[in-house]
Amino acid sequence: MTNIIMAGVGGQGVLLACRVLMEAAFYSNYDVKESEIHGMAQRGGSVEAHVRFGSDVASPLIPNAAADFIVSFELCEAVRKLDYLGKHGVLFVNNEKVIPSSVQAGLAEYPEALDTWLDNNVPNVHLLDTLQARKDIGSKRCLNILMLGALSNRLDIPEENWLSAIRELVKPKYVDTNIDAFNYGRSCTA
Amino acid sequence: MNKRIMMGNEAVARGTYEAGCHVAAGYPGTPSTEILEALSRNAPDVKSQWSPNEKVALEVAFGSALAGARALATMKHVGVNVAADPLFTFSYTGVNGGLVIISADDPGQWSSQNEQDNRNYARHAKVPMLEPSSPDEARRFVKQAFQLSEDYDRPVLVKVPTRIAHSRAIVAEEEVCTRELKRFQRDPQKYVMIPIHGRQRHIVIEEKQTELANVSDHTALNRVEWGDTKQGIVTDSVAYQYVKEVAPEASVLKLGMVWPLPRETIQDFAAGVDGLIVVEELDPFIENEIRAMGIPVAHGKDVIPNCGELTPDIVAQALNKPRAENHIPACPETLPPRPPRLCKGCPHAPIFTALKELDLNVIGDIGCYTLAALAPYNAMHTQACMGASVGMHFGMEKASPQMAENSVAVIGDSTFVHSGITPLIDIVYNQGTGTVIILDNRTTAMTGHQEHPATGVTLSGEATHALDIPKICEATGVQRVFTVDPFEEEDLKGLIQTEVETREPSIIVVNRPCLLK
Ligand SMILES: Cc1ncc(C[n+]2csc(CCOP(=O)(O)OP(=O)(O)O)c2C)c(N)n1
Repeated sequence: MTNIIMAGVGGQGVLLACRVLMEAAFYSNYDVKESEIHGMAQRGGSVEAHVRFGSDVASPLIPNAAADFIVSFELCEAVRKLDYLGKHGVLFVNNEKVIPSSVQAGLAEYPEALDTWLDNNVPNVHLLDTLQARKDIGSKRCLNILMLGALSNRLDIPEENWLSAIRELVKPKYVDTNIDAFNYGRSCTA
Repeated sequence: MNKRIMMGNEAVARGTYEAGCHVAAGYPGTPSTEILEALSRNAPDVKSQWSPNEKVALEVAFGSALAGARALATMKHVGVNVAADPLFTFSYTGVNGGLVIISADDPGQWSSQNEQDNRNYARHAKVPMLEPSSPDEARRFVKQAFQLSEDYDRPVLVKVPTRIAHSRAIVAEEEVCTRELKRFQRDPQKYVMIPIHGRQRHIVIEEKQTELANVSDHTALNRVEWGDTKQGIVTDSVAYQYVKEVAPEASVLKLGMVWPLPRETIQDFAAGVDGLIVVEELDPFIENEIRAMGIPVAHGKDVIPNCGELTPDIVAQALNKPRAENHIPACPETLPPRPPRLCKGCPHAPIFTALKELDLNVIGDIGCYTLAALAPYNAMHTQACMGASVGMHFGMEKASPQMAENSVAVIGDSTFVHSGITPLIDIVYNQGTGTVIILDNRTTAMTGHQEHPATGVTLSGEATHALDIPKICEATGVQRVFTVDPFEEEDLKGLIQTEVETREPSIIVVNRPCLLK
C-alpha cells in the first residue's frame, strides 16, 4: 500500500493533482481511494487530500504517521501535515510561502525560515524551488503537475501511465505545458 | 463491465441513472451538490433540476413518484430538516414509482452549521435507510433503494457522509435500465391524509416496518464477516472501512440497512462472539437500538466519541490496536491559521466595510458572506440556518424596538429565494420596520456556483424566467426597495443609515455578479 498526503492552498490545483495521481495508479492496475475536503477550496483555505493505492484499499483516510509521502504545495501547509509522515516517509515541498489572510490582517505571523527547520528536522525532504522552474516552462499554473513529476520517481507507476493520465484530465490546450512541468519535476528528484 | 474512478457523488448519480430514474430534484449543499451536477452532465434523459429549497425538491420528487416515475431528491443533512414536513407524511402515503432521498451528512462539520446524525430521521419518520460504505456501494445501494421503495411502497433514505460523497474510488458501470412510468391511480384513502385516512395509514406503515425488519434480517445489505470471535464489531457507513483498516482479523457485522435494524442477525452475531462493540459516527444510534433489544453491548460511545468524524486512529485507539508513533519533533513555531476568506474584489466586501464602520448589529445568514463574521471584517453577529436572518431580525425588533435602528439583516440571493421571502412577509404583515440587505451576486457561490430561480438559468444551462427580487419584495408590501451596485454606489453607509432609521421596512438589493462566476 502506498499512502500519499497532498496539501496546499485553495487555487493551487491540489485536487487536480490528486485526480491525475489516482488515474495513473488506476492505469497501473492498483486499487485506489482518495478523500478530500474542498468545501471552501476556492476561498483560499487549506486543502488536504489523502490518496492511497495498492492491492486492496479499505479506509479512504491515511492513519497518523503512515504516509509514505507528503506532497505540499506550500511551506506552512507542509509543517501542518508532518504528523502524517511515516518513519521512512519522504516530504516533497514547494519552497514557497502563500501568505494567509490572518497574516495580511496582522493577526498572526508567518514564521521565518520554515524551510531551514524542515531541512534540519525531516530526515527525507526535498525542498523544490519551483518559481524559477515555472518561469522556464512559461506557465504559472502547472505547479501541481510539476510536484507530481517530483513525486513520480518514487512510485511504482510507469511513465506512460502518468502521461496518459495527464492527457486524460488536463484541458487539451494545457497538456504540452503540463507534460513539460511533469518532466521538469521528474528531473528535480531523479 | 467498465470501471472508472468516480467521486462518491458521481457514483450516486450513476446508480440513479442505472436505476432508470426519471426525475431528480434537489437544492445545493455540501457535500451533496455534485450528485445533480453529475446527473445533469452525464444522464441527459433524467429530468434533473435545482429547486428553490429542499422541501420543494422533495415535493417535486414525490409528485413524480406518484405519477409513476422513479424519482430522486438530493440534499445535505440540514436540508432534510427543511424537507422534514413532507417526508413524515409521504411516509404515511407511500409512493407509487420509487422515491429515494439522499441525505448527505457532514460528520466533522467540514462545511455545515451542525453535525446532526440523520439516521435519526429514518427511525423518526419510519422510513428505511441504507448506508453505503464506499462510492461503488453508493452506486449499487441507490439502485437497491429504488427497488425497495417500489417493493414496499416506502420512500427510502440513503445516507452518504462527506468521506464517501467527497471520496474518489474505482466504480463499476453497469447497464442503464429504462423503465415505463407506472399509472397514477386515484386512491384518496392512501393519498389524502385527512385524519380519518391518516390513522389507517399509520397502522399500515407500522406493519410495513415489521415487514422491512424482516427484509433487514435477510438482505445481503447486512452481512457478517466472521473472524476472531473475542470481540464482535457492529458498524456502518465509512466507519466500516476504518474497522477493516485497523482490525482486519475481527468479526464484523456490517450494516448496510440501518433502519429497520436486523434484530435476528444482531442476536446471532452477538451469540457468536464474546462481546459486542459498536463503532459508529456521532450518535449512539445502533448502540441504543441494540441495547433496547435486550442484547448487551460491551462498548460503544464509552470508547468512541460522539462528536466529530471518526478516523482510523480514533477507531484503532478504541479497539486497543497499536498506532504508529510520530517521529518528527513538533515545530516550535506557531503556524498562522489559514481560514477561507472573501476573494479579492468580492462584491460582498464593500457592504461589510460599511456595516463595520456603522457598527450595526448584523443579523446574518449562510453563504460566502458569512466569512465576513471573521477578521478583518468581524461584521456579522448571528448566523444559524438558511433564511433565519430575516425572521430573527424582526424578532429582535419585536423584543426591543430600538434594535430595528441599530441592526440589519443580511442575506444572499440564493438564501433569500430558499427561505427569506416568507419572513419578509411577516415583517410587513406584523408592521415591522427593519432593513434587510439582499446580497445578489446572481449565484449560489458558497457551494460552487449553482444556478437558482433568480439567475434565469436552469441546472442544465437553459435560459428561463429570472425571478425579479426587487419586484417580489415590493409585492410583499415593502415600499422602500433600493437596488445598488456596491462598486458604483458612493454613499453605501449613508443609504444603510437612512434606511435603518426610517420607521418603515426597507430592502437594499446589492446587485453585482460574483467574480468567480
Ligand atoms: C438547509 C440548507 N440547505 C443548504 C445549505 C448549504 N448552503 C449554505 S449557504 C447556501 C447558499 C449560498 O448562496 P447565497 O445565499 O446566494 O450566498 P453566496 O454564497 O452566493 O454569497 C447553501 C446552498 C445549508 N446550509 N442549509
